[in-house]
Amino acid sequence: MVHLIWPIPALPLAGTLILVFFGRRLGARAHWVAVPSVGLAFVVALAAFLRVWRDGETFTGPLLDWIIAGDFRAPVTVQLDQLSAVMLLVVTGVGFLIHVYSIGYMHGDPGYPRFFAYLTLFVFSMVMLVLAGNFLLLYVFWEAVGLCSYLLIGFWYTRPAAADAGKKAFIVNRVGDFGFALGVMLLWVSLGTLEYDEVFAQAWALPTGTATAIALLLFAGACGKSAQLPLHTWLPDAMEGPTPVSALIHAATMVTAGVYMVARAHVLFERSGVALEVVAWVGILTALFAASIGLVQNDIKRILAYSTISQLGYMFAGVGVGAYAAGIYHLVTHAFFKALLFLAAGSIIHALGGEQDIRRMGGLARRLPVTTLTFLVAAVAIAGIPPFAGFFSKDEILAAAWASGHLGVYALGLLGAAFTAFYIFRLVFLAFFGPSRLDAEAARHLHESPPVMTIPLGFLAVLSAIGGVWGLPGEHGTPIARFLDPVLPHGEAALGPGTGPLLMAVAVATALGGILAAWRMYLRRPVPAERLGVPSNRLHVLLLGKYYVDELYDALFVRPLVAVSEWCARVFDLGVIDGLVNGAADLVGRWSSVLRRVQTGLVMNYALSMLVGAVILLGLLVRWR
Amino acid sequence: MELAFPVIGWRVITPMLLVTGTGFACLLLDLLPPKERKGHVAAVGLLGLALAGLATGLLWGQRETAFREMVALDEFALFFNLLFCVATGLVLLLSHGYIRRQGIEQGEYYILVLFAALGMMLMAAGTDLLIIFLGLELMSLSLYVLAGFFRTRPASNESAMKYFLLGAFATGFFLYGIALIYGATGTTSLPRLAEALARAELGRDPLLFAGLGLLLVGFGFKISSVPFHMWAPDVYEGAPTAITALIATGSKAAAFAALLRVLLGPMRGLQPDWLVLVWILAALTMTLGNVVAIAQSNLKRMLAYSSIAHVGYMLIGVVVGTQLGAAAVLYYLAAYTFMTAGAFGVILLLERRGAEAVQLGDYAGLAARHPLLALLLALFLLSLIGFPPTAGFVGKFYLFSAAIEAGYVGLAILAVLNAVIASYYYLRLIVYMYMREPEGEPVVAALTPAAGLGLAVAVWGTLHLGLAPGPLIGLAQGAVGPFLP
Repeated sequence: MVHLIWPIPALPLAGTLILVFFGRRLGARAHWVAVPSVGLAFVVALAAFLRVWRDGETFTGPLLDWIIAGDFRAPVTVQLDQLSAVMLLVVTGVGFLIHVYSIGYMHGDPGYPRFFAYLTLFVFSMVMLVLAGNFLLLYVFWEAVGLCSYLLIGFWYTRPAAADAGKKAFIVNRVGDFGFALGVMLLWVSLGTLEYDEVFAQAWALPTGTATAIALLLFAGACGKSAQLPLHTWLPDAMEGPTPVSALIHAATMVTAGVYMVARAHVLFERSGVALEVVAWVGILTALFAASIGLVQNDIKRILAYSTISQLGYMFAGVGVGAYAAGIYHLVTHAFFKALLFLAAGSIIHALGGEQDIRRMGGLARRLPVTTLTFLVAAVAIAGIPPFAGFFSKDEILAAAWASGHLGVYALGLLGAAFTAFYIFRLVFLAFFGPSRLDAEAARHLHESPPVMTIPLGFLAVLSAIGGVWGLPGEHGTPIARFLDPVLPHGEAALGPGTGPLLMAVAVATALGGILAAWRMYLRRPVPAERLGVPSNRLHVLLLGKYYVDELYDALFVRPLVAVSEWCARVFDLGVIDGLVNGAADLVGRWSSVLRRVQTGLVMNYALSMLVGAVILLGLLVRWR
Repeated sequence: MELAFPVIGWRVITPMLLVTGTGFACLLLDLLPPKERKGHVAAVGLLGLALAGLATGLLWGQRETAFREMVALDEFALFFNLLFCVATGLVLLLSHGYIRRQGIEQGEYYILVLFAALGMMLMAAGTDLLIIFLGLELMSLSLYVLAGFFRTRPASNESAMKYFLLGAFATGFFLYGIALIYGATGTTSLPRLAEALARAELGRDPLLFAGLGLLLVGFGFKISSVPFHMWAPDVYEGAPTAITALIATGSKAAAFAALLRVLLGPMRGLQPDWLVLVWILAALTMTLGNVVAIAQSNLKRMLAYSSIAHVGYMLIGVVVGTQLGAAAVLYYLAAYTFMTAGAFGVILLLERRGAEAVQLGDYAGLAARHPLLALLLALFLLSLIGFPPTAGFVGKFYLFSAAIEAGYVGLAILAVLNAVIASYYYLRLIVYMYMREPEGEPVVAALTPAAGLGLAVAVWGTLHLGLAPGPLIGLAQGAVGPFLP
């Protein structure tokens, strides 16, 4: 089995290395390395998945033993089971489509090879993250994907906004990762092992308090990586990165790592109980909170960014109420339709020469037919209209919340679903339909994207449309839940007879309501162009200001911290630290020049030194007796 | 005293025989034309080394002695045989283009390198102090000549002269040490010595201790441990750079092989007595090496002090004396061979105004002009610092963790502090290559296919030992098995 595993990370890594060393020479041909490396990795991942699916065969063991010293071993343990197999397919599959798309989107960029080098490095790191068989390796690649994210957000580093956004993402993630690292350490201290199978086997022996502390610390890391309250602020800014990056890293894969981690470590969360509740409530509150901000945004990518935060909230709500398979399933369908939304948005931005404000779009449907059609498929999917993928996965989560008695979660989730349908169709109606509000320059520039971009859109549209087949309710749960059952056990859904169809009907009605509202406001009697996005009441102002969380953090943390660190830099650092460091360096340097003078170049002196050394040595030996 | 004709065990010395045969073949080949080009001699030499390496591989796992227990065939000797084949092979690959450019291409060069390798093998395999001495002299004499191979350059002559004079001085100590030990125990054979020392009353003989001390001086000179290190910077600087690489890697490894065999073999019982001495030597050697390296602006001198410092690290393994400690020394020697040969290999390719580029200033902006060579040099330097995932990191990890495991925490802390000091002068060179603007006349690189192959091997070793250290540490642990079960 291991021969089916190591090529999956090795291929993208090889691609990265080739691009790093020969990127400049490859130039505009860089994709001839990047695309096949990820594509082949997908093929191997597919083969591995089929093995797991058909034979139920899984693998846990060392990929290689890195360091062995006495009793200390640092094996690179990987684990391929149902959960990681699904994740691998998503990472390499969506990753491959986005690599293909990038050929067109990044065409002509001066940093073309650098872009692909980072992107393949990301695929490698993400693959290793989901393959990791212990918390240490998970942590290493958790940081590695964070690094790739930082590099790619700041890809256009000459733009101050992009560089700042990269830094913000990195720093906000530090907060969460600090918790994550503490959680891993606490785990090590209390169990003496970090291997998944050993940890999960012993988890039930942990005291509840310890388990809660570990789980919450780990969840802090997940909040950072998956942009949940209160660490969500970095993701909207991360949209400064190139659009394929937003699609791959900040929608489909990396940001879902938190969900994956919680599902993977669900035993720890279940042991705590409280932690699971926290996950559910943080998730659903984030889902509603971000969706409400999404209602009023005007930047096409920012709407999608808030939508991502919101959908990640649903996933956490799903795993929080114990419906792990439903959470992972929503992760998968979300990867399809959100990647599609971003790529289609990228196609629009590409067609309009960089325009991202939906107030200056409108009527694009006639000129960009493929983009419009595919975007529409994704919009219907995210809004939750059957039989598209998003309907089934979101419905699973809401039904599980209802069945497990989390009625509050259910109600907030339903409200969030209405918001979702509204904001996404507001975007659809303003961008694709109605009168054109393009400026003349953009209108002349308008063109449908090349096939290399539209074909990946088509693939993702098909997946968004038919992805629901994995979620069709069956006798023993959905197919995906049955498949994931060995890793993520699901309790028998305790829905009363007839409740299931009733909940579905309510969900559909809610979604349709949201769409209808958007239709009435923006298409039937459209708001005049000059009044679009002009706040009309206090609530609107609050939403446009994104609840002023950034400003709050600025006042609470950033400014005091800057003040303290300036003091440290001026007084403490210069005086004490630099004094010590420079003092030590000076000391070594001075000794260096003194000792250097002993080396006279005269053979007699050298021989004398040997003689003196020999006498001292002999003296010591004889005396020592 | 009966005089029996010693048992001839050809099989035991097969790798050495192969190298000897190759050396003689090269001598004959050298007589034939063409007179100017001697590349074929090097090729035959490489072939011979490859055969010797192959024979070593085939003999792996066997354990016997021959010639009345004077030479041993065991995994310890075989491990070092392999190391010497790699080190001398690398030197031959790197030398070919270099000595041709320098106008000193002669068949003797390659032949002497081969005989030096033979001496090294003899040192590692010898189980009699006299055989070790024989190997030491064979290696040293070859190296003295090679160090002065730039016959027209005063620096090279000076280097050879100093090396020879001080080497002869050290040999005196070494030989006198053997004599005293013979006087105390009546034998020079290591197994006999072990038996003699097991008898308690002999273990306290001052004659024996004086002999041991003198042996340590001799070894200390060969591994260039402080205070017997002073020859190293001058010799490294003056010798042809490829030979500098051989002195730094092969000759040091050979001296360590013999040192380990003697100290951890028969002298193991005296460990409480020599322990403190070697502890002090290790501490002094690594600290002085690193501190003085900072003040060097000549790269070859800097690497000389760096090599002194690395000897200090490796002496930690000798102090520790456990199986892991000794295995860590073997591992470190292998890692050190790849990264140091690689670093010298890059340096000897670079020239400025017809002279070798050995000044720090020559490397300003190298990354812009020769990105690949700069990258390789940076890799070797990072490995010398001990940066993961390179061989140097894993080597230091094994050494330091062996020290901590055995309770030598102070030494481990000192070593880590030293590694911090060391990173200064290595990183300074990287800063020069990557962050300075090139100045003055351009540095030209003469990359030949042979040198490229040599560098590729060095890169492979540096990375492979860093990424997958498991197999080699396994071999090293097996190799020290004969005396540290």
